Amino acid sequence: MSNGIKERLDKCEHYQKFDAYKEKVLALGNDSLEKTIAVALSLCFVCAILVSFAAVALRPLQIENKAMDMKKNILEVAGLLEDGTDIHNAFAEQVEEKLVDITTGDYVEDMDAVAYDQRKAAKDPAQNIVLESSDDIASIKRKAKIAKVYLVKKGDAIESIILPMHGYGLWSTMYGFLALEADGQTVKSINFYDQAETPGLGGEVVNPNWRALWLGKKVYNEAGEVQLGLIKGVVDTSKPGSEYDVDGLAGATLTSLGVSNLVKYWMSKEGFSAYLDKVRTKGEG
Amino acid sequence: MSATASDTKKVLMEPLVNNNPITLQVLGICSALAVTSQMSTSLIMAVALTAVTACSSAAISSIRNHIPGSIRIIVQMTIIASLVIIVDQVLKAFAYEISKQLSVFVGLIITNCIVMGRAEAYAMKNPPMASFIDGIGNGAGYSLILIIVAFFRELFGSGKLLGIEILPLTKDGGWYEPNGMMLLPPSAFFLIGFIIWVFRQWKPAQNEQADFKIMDISHGEGGHH
Repeated sequence: MSNGIKERLDKCEHYQKFDAYKEKVLALGNDSLEKTIAVALSLCFVCAILVSFAAVALRPLQIENKAMDMKKNILEVAGLLEDGTDIHNAFAEQVEEKLVDITTGDYVEDMDAVAYDQRKAAKDPAQNIVLESSDDIASIKRKAKIAKVYLVKKGDAIESIILPMHGYGLWSTMYGFLALEADGQTVKSINFYDQAETPGLGGEVVNPNWRALWLGKKVYNEAGEVQLGLIKGVVDTSKPGSEYDVDGLAGATLTSLGVSNLVKYWMSKEGFSAYLDKVRTKGEG
Repeated sequence: MSATASDTKKVLMEPLVNNNPITLQVLGICSALAVTSQMSTSLIMAVALTAVTACSSAAISSIRNHIPGSIRIIVQMTIIASLVIIVDQVLKAFAYEISKQLSVFVGLIITNCIVMGRAEAYAMKNPPMASFIDGIGNGAGYSLILIIVAFFRELFGSGKLLGIEILPLTKDGGWYEPNGMMLLPPSAFFLIGFIIWVFRQWKPAQNEQADFKIMDISHGEGGHH
């Protein structure tokens, strides 16, 4: 401590009192009630300062990391990520963020799409819809009224539509993206950026080999219902209807069921089907 | 001065083999099973645990004469938990990918028996600097086992070390068919058991005395007749 500060502290009346009290407490027996309480309180005080300092000081970096990770996942699911891609620039140049009203399927233009946080909105009673348990096949309990979708365009034509999805697996809510072609029907890719399933079993939802199986699969059958989902075992591609099936994850029945349910939910009327209908009829973003 | 230097060396080196927290004290097994499927996660975990053990031991030791006996464990836990939160925040800020993979296990350092064990067994009775070194030593002992286990698990489980391909896998056109069990936690159990066996063959003093001997009835006077 520099001398100037020390001098000023010594003059301060409160500090003198504090100093005297400190001496008194330190001299007390370790098992006296007063010392026990004083030690507990001062320890909590010091620890609280350290923890909150670390949390506040590092927060900007953490937010930056999270946003970066999200962008990376979006580029990845859109097939735009290569080694050495500058994530910031690639995202800014190629991906357009749009807000969609889930019930009507219309774009919401009067809100800032970049700043909108769908996960936060899902928790906010003013911005969410609480689900009936019979509708809630993905076990998410509530969803945001407005979803954030990402479009990759070439000129004016849509190349991919990237839709956020989430739902419960075995241990965790899995958050991910499904990338569709402009027809709103053909799958380009899927990924999960936040999940805590069993590593090696359910955690294989992030395995690139398994995710590659989704390429070219179809979401809706001829009746317009969502048929895409995981089956037990390996898909026989020669069979008719195999374009709706993806191999289940070996040893992870409940995670597989969770993935099927969340795809079914988010592609249904509860999710993005209204929006996809509009994209198909208009043929534009 | 030479006496203290050799003491320091002893405090630092003993936990590596002779008094290893995992193989001799059999502490910290849970995280050793969980994070060792890759070298990179093991290394970060090792550094994190060593930092927490060393700093918490030093902090606890520096106030050891004023810790009331009735809230001793709570005081230790508070210090350890605060340090773990700080480590977790630092990892989230500077090593985001790895902190995602380690997920809950960084938080679980709080309950890692090695940290509490050193606080209770060493830091409560020794000065801060020695406690700090003791924490580094025990952290290093833990790290050593973690890295050995992770080396075998990553090499034979996915044909890689630190993410760099060593054994080309059959699915990518190579010759090595990975052993999937190596990626699952039970394989770490077998490996740790094997390491304990090697250590005890090498240093027979580590063998534990049997708590009791099963009596041979044919010669014995035991039994109720």
